[in-house]
Parts: sequence; structure tokens; C-alpha cells
Amino acid sequence: MSKLAANSALERMAAKVVLSELQLKDIYENPVIPYEKDEVTRIIYDDLNLSIYEEIKNWTVGELREYVLSFSTGMPELTRISRGLTSEMIAATAKLMSSIDLVMASQKMKHQAYCNTLIGEPGRLAFRCQPNHPIDDPEGILASMKEGLSYGSGDAVIGINPNNDSVESVIKLLKMSHDFMQKWEIPTQNCVLAHITTQMQALRGGAPISLMFQSLAGSQRANDAFGVSKDLLDEAMELMLRKGTASGPNVMYFETGQGSEVSLDSHEGVDMQTLEARTYGFCRHWKPFMVNNVSGFIGPETLYDGRQMIRADLEDLFMGKLHGLPMGIAPTYTNHMYADQNDQEIAGMLTTLGGANFYMGVPGGDDVMLSYQDTSYHDDASYRELLGLRPLREFEKWMEKMGLMENGRLTERAGDLSVFD
Amino acid sequence: MRQINMDDLVQRVMDELSKKTQEVIHFPEQKVRGVDNPNNAEALERAMNRTPARIGIGRTGTRMKTTSYLQFRIDQAAAHDAVMKAISPEWLARLQLPELHSRATSMQEYLMNLDSGRMLSDESAKWLEQHGDKGKDVQIVISDGLSTSACEATIPDLLPALQQGLAMRNISVGKPIFINKGRVWIQDQVAKIVGCKVVISLIGERPGLATAESLSAYMIYKPDANTVESDRTVISNIHRGGTLPIEAGAYLAELLEEILKYQASGVKYMQLRAKNG
Repeated sequence: MSKLAANSALERMAAKVVLSELQLKDIYENPVIPYEKDEVTRIIYDDLNLSIYEEIKNWTVGELREYVLSFSTGMPELTRISRGLTSEMIAATAKLMSSIDLVMASQKMKHQAYCNTLIGEPGRLAFRCQPNHPIDDPEGILASMKEGLSYGSGDAVIGINPNNDSVESVIKLLKMSHDFMQKWEIPTQNCVLAHITTQMQALRGGAPISLMFQSLAGSQRANDAFGVSKDLLDEAMELMLRKGTASGPNVMYFETGQGSEVSLDSHEGVDMQTLEARTYGFCRHWKPFMVNNVSGFIGPETLYDGRQMIRADLEDLFMGKLHGLPMGIAPTYTNHMYADQNDQEIAGMLTTLGGANFYMGVPGGDDVMLSYQDTSYHDDASYRELLGLRPLREFEKWMEKMGLMENGRLTERAGDLSVFD
Repeated sequence: MRQINMDDLVQRVMDELSKKTQEVIHFPEQKVRGVDNPNNAEALERAMNRTPARIGIGRTGTRMKTTSYLQFRIDQAAAHDAVMKAISPEWLARLQLPELHSRATSMQEYLMNLDSGRMLSDESAKWLEQHGDKGKDVQIVISDGLSTSACEATIPDLLPALQQGLAMRNISVGKPIFINKGRVWIQDQVAKIVGCKVVISLIGERPGLATAESLSAYMIYKPDANTVESDRTVISNIHRGGTLPIEAGAYLAELLEEILKYQASGVKYMQLRAKNG
């Protein structure tokens, strides 16, 4: 739909050859959307460490790929050069990488952040508990919340998407989740994913919020369509640091997704993957606690089938991590795409291997409000089990106290939401 | 060695295979409680009834039980099939909805090329110019969108309730139209042609697993070239497991009255309303 596709497989490969020979300074001097025209470009460029960029500007993209994959390049080296890379450079590198390349490079980087709890420690995997209900019935939401927690999902955040995103409704859901966390002494974060302006109103009104959320895109035009700007995000973050319930300093939660710009007709002639990378370059400005993609949320016009979804998830994890983000993944699909549960599980397993910080968690894999499929509480527990990963430190202790986990594995009691009753 | 009569043997196998068994497999439609020894069975039961979400289904190791897993796959298959269904002409005739078309000539094109669903075909645009009711407060647009089933299940109750609510409030309404394979943004072109103040589009949502029958209402006040997503007001999850169609119809009439009063929709409308307290 952006009219950028190659006309043949060979033409696509020719493009990759050309890309591999481009120097980083060629890319630097030609941002895909001009600096003067686009706020996302401005943030990416203004945040760059120019002296680090100067050291690497003569590298080709092909050489950058090799540097990333070399034995002598580890987390400290990658953290450092990430400060001198623009998003277009990172996207370009990903375009030259195969599946193992992407997973292997991702494994090298694990970024931490702190809100109420610490996320991103090696050997740990967290989950958002996403207990949505079609008409926001509080008891119904609470039921799904308890279910998720009984499986070990909820250490990243208890994050509710409201069907009714009025301020009154948002305040009610924030209070409810906060009160539940207080009552059961659950070490985690709460968040209600309405438009950021609504959350800010709720916060000003005294509602308890640990994490503030917003969906972001990779072009200013797309962000305008979302009703979002740098100034608004600055205001939101400042408000959170002054009135939010969390210690921080990381108090923001962003979601992205390849194709949102296309869907909003604001791609400015740039391909989806590069725009996704630019979204990461934009959102790292606010030092978020959590960033995840939502691949396949939109539909076949952006990601056609399971194969594309898997590829997008591997790319996004690598690109997010190379931006220095505490990156999570939501390998999702809709029912009008040519994808199914098996594709999602494959994407989940590979990105777990790549060291994603977190995934979503919905009951039985089916979000009954948003009408799409995401990782189930069962899949969540399975990703931990497969690689011997633990929940976040404080939350693991809580799970043990509740008798739901022992030595990093679910006990007999796990999976029974009525342990809270 | 005894001679084996091959014909005889084959016949016996065929006879055995053709015996039709009377056994029917009863497979549950609703979620099944799979937690074997719940801490509080009554509380668990209550919780399961409180939401259509797949909770209380138990586990084997970290995986779903077989029934839960198959239910999930069945629902996903049904939803995928529902996307592809076409609206029936009899249904349109019964509801007296004239059928217009977008530029999408096939389901494949509709799914893969968003722009094809965002504009009327030349023929339909012409029809609307000639036959649409001009200069009304509200224009109602109905579209199959990503679920024909949603329209069939909700519109028969929603539409009369909506029309009644608007009439009660003395809000003028153009004759409702059906746009085959229309997307949300087609409402901007419709507004331009009929010169109404607000367009309300009732569109089938992409099918989830819990329901393939969910409808959304998108409202836009006086759209123009600068209109963006956040200018639209959306109410989603209208179906028998969510907001009931009759209630939705009444609520939407109220909402349209507000939008007309504040002369804005979307985020702008929310902000103006908040200011007024």
C-alpha cells in the first residue's frame, strides 16, 4: 500500500546489496522524513551522541551488521554505539539480518528499568495482565485479573484497555486495580490504557497511576492523527513524576506496531519497518519502563500472514533493543489475517529466546474486548517454563508467599483464581 | 495353505466400514471449568459467569486442557470464515436499505488495499448525489465491514431504536444507506456529498473469538481535509454479549445530540464536555 515493494525477488536482493554498501553517514545525511518537516526526526537527531556517531560514520551497513554479531561485541559495546545510531541505521541493519542473526543479536542486550519494581534482569521474564471486559464490568475485570495473577501474569503491569474511555470510567478502573494491589500487597504497576489526555485528567483528579500509557507512531503525521506530540508527552511525564504513585524514574509505557502509519495514511512514503524503528527512536526520549510492539493487530493489509508476523516480531525485538529500550513483544494476530495460534507460539518462543522483557497475557489467548488474539496466561507460563525463566524479583517472592510458585515453577494451587476468595 | 478369497475379504471390510455408527460427539460451546480442586468453587463459578473471557479453564502443566484448546481453535476458524461471508439481498430489502458500493471489487482487494474501501464507486457516488437526502443533521451509514454477521445480528434492533431516539429529539435524519465493503473513512466522502452535519457509520468489527457479531459506531462532525482519527467518536462492542443493540441505539441518539450541541466529535468533543463539567 505504500507502493514501495520490489517487483521481483532479485530486485529485492539488489536493494539489500546497495543497502549493505551504504555508509552510515549517507543515511545520517538523508533522514527518510526531513528534519524541518517532522518532529520524530528532530527528536531522533537531537538525542544523538554526535561524538559516538563520528567514530562510526564511515562504517557501511554491512560492516555494522558484522560488528553487532561479532564475539567481541557485547552489551556494553552495543549500548554505546546505540547512542550514535539513528533509527534508519538500525532498521537498515535489520534488513540485512536473518532469523538467527536477529535472535542472537537480541540475546546480547537486556535493558533494565524501574517503576515500582525492577524489570529486565537477566533470567527473568515478566507479563502484563490484560483482564479486559467488553463493557468494563469491574467484577468481570477483577475475575480475569485474579486468573492471570494465579498463573504468574501481572508482574510487568496490570494494564486494562477500557471500552468506555471517559474520565469517570478510567478513574474507576485505576482505583479498582490500585486497591486490589494494595489489599493483596502485589508488587507491580497499574495502568488504564485510555488516550493519554484522559489518563492525565484522571491523574490530575487524584487517581492512582503507576504507569502512563500511549500508542506511538514513526511519523509526526501519524502521531498527529493519534492526537500526540512531544509537548504532550513531556507534560504527561512531568505530571507522572509529580503525582504518579510509582518511585520511577521510568514511568511511561508505550505501544507501537508496524503498519499504523500506513493505516492512517501518514507513512510519508517510508516502509513499515523503518517507521517502526523511528517509533523506537522517538519513544526512547521519555525513558519508558515498557515498550512493546503489537504485530498483526491491524490486519492483513499490514502483515499478511503468520510468516510476516514472525519476521516482524524478530525485527522489532532486535531494533527495540538496539535503541536501548526495555523491549517487550506482543506477537498477535487477527481473524482476518492468514495466521493462527501456531504462528503466534513460534514468534513467542523465538522472541523469548531473544530475551524479550515481557509479553501480554489474556485469558485463553482471546481478548474479549479488543477482539484479537494475544499470548494466553498459559503461553506466558510456558515461555518461562521452556527456558527456566523467573518472574520479576519482587513478584516472584509474592507468588511464593501466595503458594502459587516454588523454585520458579507453578504449584498445584496455580491456575485457580479462587485462591483470592 | 488355505486359499484366501480376496473378493470375500474385501466385501467383509467394506461391510464393516459402511456400518454407520449412531454415536454423536457432544462438544461443549461454552467454557468448561477445568480447575479440579478450587479453593472456593462458588466464587470460581461466579467469576466465570461474570465475563465471557476464558477463565477458570484450568491447565495441564502450563498448557490448556484439550477441550479448551479445541474450543479456541473452533472459534478462530468460525471467525475467519465469518469475515468472508457476503450480505444477503433479502436482508437489505427487508430493512429497506439501498445498497451502495465502495471501490473494492472483491474481499481480497478490500482486505489488502484499505484505500479501495474508503471511497465510493463512481456509480454509487453518482447515485448518492442524485438520491441522497441533503442538508440533514445526521446521515446513517451501515457497512458490512469485517463482519457481515455483526450487521445481521445487531442492525434490525439498533436501527429503529436509533431512529426513534433521533426523532424524539427533533434531529433530522437522511435515509439510511448500506455501503458494501465500506471502511470507516468513507463517511467523510458521504458527508461531503449529502451535506449533513454528522455521519454515523455502523460497521461490522473484525470478528473476535467470543463473538463474530460485534458492531462499532463511528461518528464524525463536519469532516474535512484536515480530519484525523482522533476527531472521530467511537462506540464499539455492540452485540448480545456486550452493549445490547437496542440500548446502543438509544445511547447513540443521545450521543449524537451532544455532538450536534458541542459541534464537535472525538477528542475535541471530550475536551469541550469536560470543560462544561
